[in-house]
Formats: sequence, C-alpha cells, structure tokens
Amino acid sequence: MSLSDELYRETILDHYHNPRNQGTLEGDKVLSVEGVNPLCGDELVLYLKVENDKVVDLAIKSRGCSINTASCSMMTEAVKGQSLAQVEEMIETFKNMMMKPEVQDIPEEFEDLEALQGVKKYPVRIKCALLPWNTLIEGLRCAESRASGSTEGPKTVSTE
Amino acid sequence: MLVCRQMEALDTAKIRQDFPVLQRMINGKRLVYLDNAATSQKPKQVIDAISNYYSNYNANIHRGIHTLSEEATEAFEAVRPKLASFIGAADAREIIFTRNATEAINLVAQSWGRQNIKEGDEIILSPMEHHSNLVPWQMLAKEKNARLVFLKLTEDGLLDIESLKEALNPKSKIIAVTQMSNVLGSIVPLEEVCALAKSNGTLVLVDGAQGVPHIAIDVKKTGMDFLVFSMHKMCGPTGVGVLWGKAELLEAMPPVMGGGDMISMVWRDRYTPNQIPWKFEAGTPNIADVIASGVAIDYLNSIGMDRIRAHEIELTDYALKRFSELKDVTVYGPKDPALKGGVISFNLKGLHPHDVGQVVNEDAVAIRVGHHCCQPLMRDLDLMGTARASFYIYTEKSEIDLLIDSLINVQKVLGHVAL
Repeated sequence: MSLSDELYRETILDHYHNPRNQGTLEGDKVLSVEGVNPLCGDELVLYLKVENDKVVDLAIKSRGCSINTASCSMMTEAVKGQSLAQVEEMIETFKNMMMKPEVQDIPEEFEDLEALQGVKKYPVRIKCALLPWNTLIEGLRCAESRASGSTEGPKTVSTE
Repeated sequence: MLVCRQMEALDTAKIRQDFPVLQRMINGKRLVYLDNAATSQKPKQVIDAISNYYSNYNANIHRGIHTLSEEATEAFEAVRPKLASFIGAADAREIIFTRNATEAINLVAQSWGRQNIKEGDEIILSPMEHHSNLVPWQMLAKEKNARLVFLKLTEDGLLDIESLKEALNPKSKIIAVTQMSNVLGSIVPLEEVCALAKSNGTLVLVDGAQGVPHIAIDVKKTGMDFLVFSMHKMCGPTGVGVLWGKAELLEAMPPVMGGGDMISMVWRDRYTPNQIPWKFEAGTPNIADVIASGVAIDYLNSIGMDRIRAHEIELTDYALKRFSELKDVTVYGPKDPALKGGVISFNLKGLHPHDVGQVVNEDAVAIRVGHHCCQPLMRDLDLMGTARASFYIYTEKSEIDLLIDSLINVQKVLGHVAL
C-alpha cells in the first residue's frame, strides 16, 4: 500500500466527496468564525450555536484541500450535540493524536477521525487537518465570553 | 555577416551526470525534479567550489595581507566582471551582491525610492509580480504617500502593452516588472517596456529571478535601469542575489546598511561612504557562495544560454501537447512556447493543488503547489492556487511523460469532486 493510498484512504475520500454539515447557519444565537491557512489557501467559516453548555448545532462553509474538507466534515459530526466539556476533551484528544508521535488511545466516538492520523507523516498538512479545530476553539472562547456578557467578536484564526 | 548554424541540442544525459541529487531515489523511484522555478539543483562543480574555498583558502576579504585573504579576495572579486559580462553590463562596479533578489529590490526601494519618490508619485507594476516585487513598493508607497498603478494582462496572460501606454504620465517614476512570470511563464517584452519608459523619463527595474536563469539578457541593449536576480535558481548556491544598476544611478543613491566595508572614513560622529559597489555591501559578505556563483556562471556559459532557451522551448512545446491530451485539466498562461518560459501552471478539475502535489510525490515527481507568492494574481484568476511544473537544463521529455502518467493516477486516486 503506497503512502498516498494510506493518506487518502476511503474514509477521508468519503468525507471529501460528501462533506457533512457543509453550509451556513442563521439566527441570533449563531456565532461565525473565519479560519484561513495562508500556506495552501484553505478557507472556512464555522457557524456555531451553543446553548445550555452544549453545541446544539454547527456547520462549516469551506473551500480547501481533501484533508481540510474531510477534517471539517468529521469534526462537525463528532461535535454536534455534545456538551462543552466533551467537546473540549475531544479537541485535546484530536490535537494529541495529530501532534504526538506515538499512537494515542483513540476514544470510540472518534470513529472516522482516526483516519486523519495518516496525515502525521506529512508535517505541512497537519495544519490543514487542525484548522477547523483551531477555529472551533476560537468559536467556543467567543461563545463563553458572550455568555458572560461580552460583545467582543471572534478573531480570524490563521495557521501561520 | 551573420552565419546561421544549426544549434546543437543539449546533451541532458551528460548534464545530468553533473548533478548528484538527480540520482536520488524517493519512494523507491528516481527523482523527477520539476520545481526549478523555486530553485534549481546544483552541479558538482558548484558544490566542489564551496568545499574547496572552506578547505583551502577560507579567509575574510578586502582587508587581509596574508595569502589566504588575498586568494579569497581575488576569487570573490573575479565574480563581478563575470556576472557583468553575463548580463551585458560593461562595468563590474555595477554588480552588487545581496542575499537574494528580494533584498536587491528592497535595496532599490529603500535607497533610490526614498530619495526619489515623493507624495503623489506613481510606481507601475504588473499584476503578475511575485510578492518580492510588490511588497517593497507597497512599503515605499505607504511611507511616501505614493500610488501603485497596476498594468493589465491580455486574456493569454501576457502583459498588455497598451495598458502601459495608458498608465504612463509625468508622475510615473519607476516601472517594476518581471522578466518572466513564475506562475504563467509569460515573458515580458522588456525592450518595448524600456523604450516606452525612457520616452516618459521613467526608470525600469526588472525582476530577473525567473528570467535570467533561462533567457540570455543584455541590460545595455534592453535599456533597463536596474536588474535583480538570484543565483540559486541558476545552478548557484542559495544566499547570493545580484543587483545590477547603472553606475550613475548607484553613485547617487545613499547606502541602506551601515557597517564595515561600506565606508571610506569613519569618525566618532560621521562617516564617508565607500565607492560603488562596496557602498551597498556592509559587513562580511557570503564569500564562499559568491565564489561558487562564479562557477555556476561558467557552467551555464559552457552550455550556452541560447541552447538552454531552445531546450526549454522544446520541452514546453512537448509539455503543452502532453497536457492537452489530459482530461479535465486547465493550463494557465500563454500557449505559445516562444512567448513563455519552461513553466506549466495547471489545475486538475475539482482537485485541490495540494492534493495533486502530494500524490505525484509518491511517484517521486517534485512539483510546486499553492499561490507561488502571487496571491493578488491568484485572486485575479479566482484560484486557490495552482500546481506548477518547471523545467531546466537537465529536464528530459521522459520526465514530462512521468508527470503526465502520475497526474492520470491522481485523477484515479482522488476521483472527481464538485467544488
């Protein structure tokens, strides 16, 4: 099996060809955060709705490479409907999985996300996989500060 | 009388023997290096020159009286006249060494520019400039409240000369333009640009980073005022850029960096600058790599720039034909190999260039993907980026075949995606 077969294996290609939760959300309670990867031109806008310490809905409008598109799609599936505490744990686990050399204990709810581990061998493309997650972190930070009364808007997330 | 003779084709098999890296295996396959617009590979003659300097006569230049320093100074300074004659300049004092072409453009913008650009003046650029021939002028324009004026491209991606005629006016102080686009391959008709500029009293700076390695250039005949280029794209080492400027312009320009070598006399409160070219070369220069750059020039001269150009026209012609056989591919830039350098920028329908680059790398094919430091041009073309294959003296048609085979495989592996 060649490396590219491994990298682009079926799960990733499936999410690339049919990205889940691709689109926009509207409404007063929806936060939108931009993420860009200037290196390869991935661009996305994350739409996030947090209520009662839960990610009740999210969507991503993205234009990017296969890794980025697949990571966006997988993340939205994994995160939707989860409590903020669970989401934060997932972010931590995903980052560890992508940044640390040794294979981590991957939790069951990760399912498809595990396929992105193949990207680790290509350091320049780890950023493509991390972009939606880093954008989500900014979205959650902003949701939290809104909940405590702040009107500060989200910052654009850049991988550089 | 001019005697026309058949130009002998390049012996790429023989040339390839001089480049150790071309033997490199990647993923079990022989390297197919098609990223020459980013940097060229280096022949062993150049690599040996660096090793020879450090092994046998490493010393600082311009100030020693010992044997090593004299040898190093002589070898270093011998590169200036070599470079001058390579670009058709008469005076070796007009050759200034910098770190790269980018630094050479910044030097002109910060020295000539600060001295000569005033509020309301106009700096003319093409829309296909590399960031290195754009951002330094943005910085200058911001500082001086000057204006950047952009020319147009034709549908084929060639410079629209009519737009230059329209742009020129008494406020036009300098035109900064590439000799050849690193994305589209488009060759700019410099003689025409320089003639129009001259009749308007406007200076011309040519960014030769892409052009000089591939096309013979004559600064006198063309009539430009500044030329910049970078040795690492022409068989030389990284870390050596060249600024050529007309002596009378360079003499009137203030130094940008202060320090050793750029001075004549120094007192506690003041200094007098050195003569050109040293006035612009503060501090210990990149001695080893400048010396090796001279060897790179010898190497290119031994092949002949006209033969190099003919070889690349042939390769580009072949590549354009092979690309036209592919399905779902868009090739950007002019389609006439006589009007473009050995650069093919393309996209496969529905596929992100980074995915394309990654998969062809599995076949040991090295191409460039992304915005190629030309974000404004990408925006004009409404593209996220392109994949780019670029050729040089050692590139063979069989390598273009390997690229095409690999691209067919990419389409198989990644399939089609509606973007």
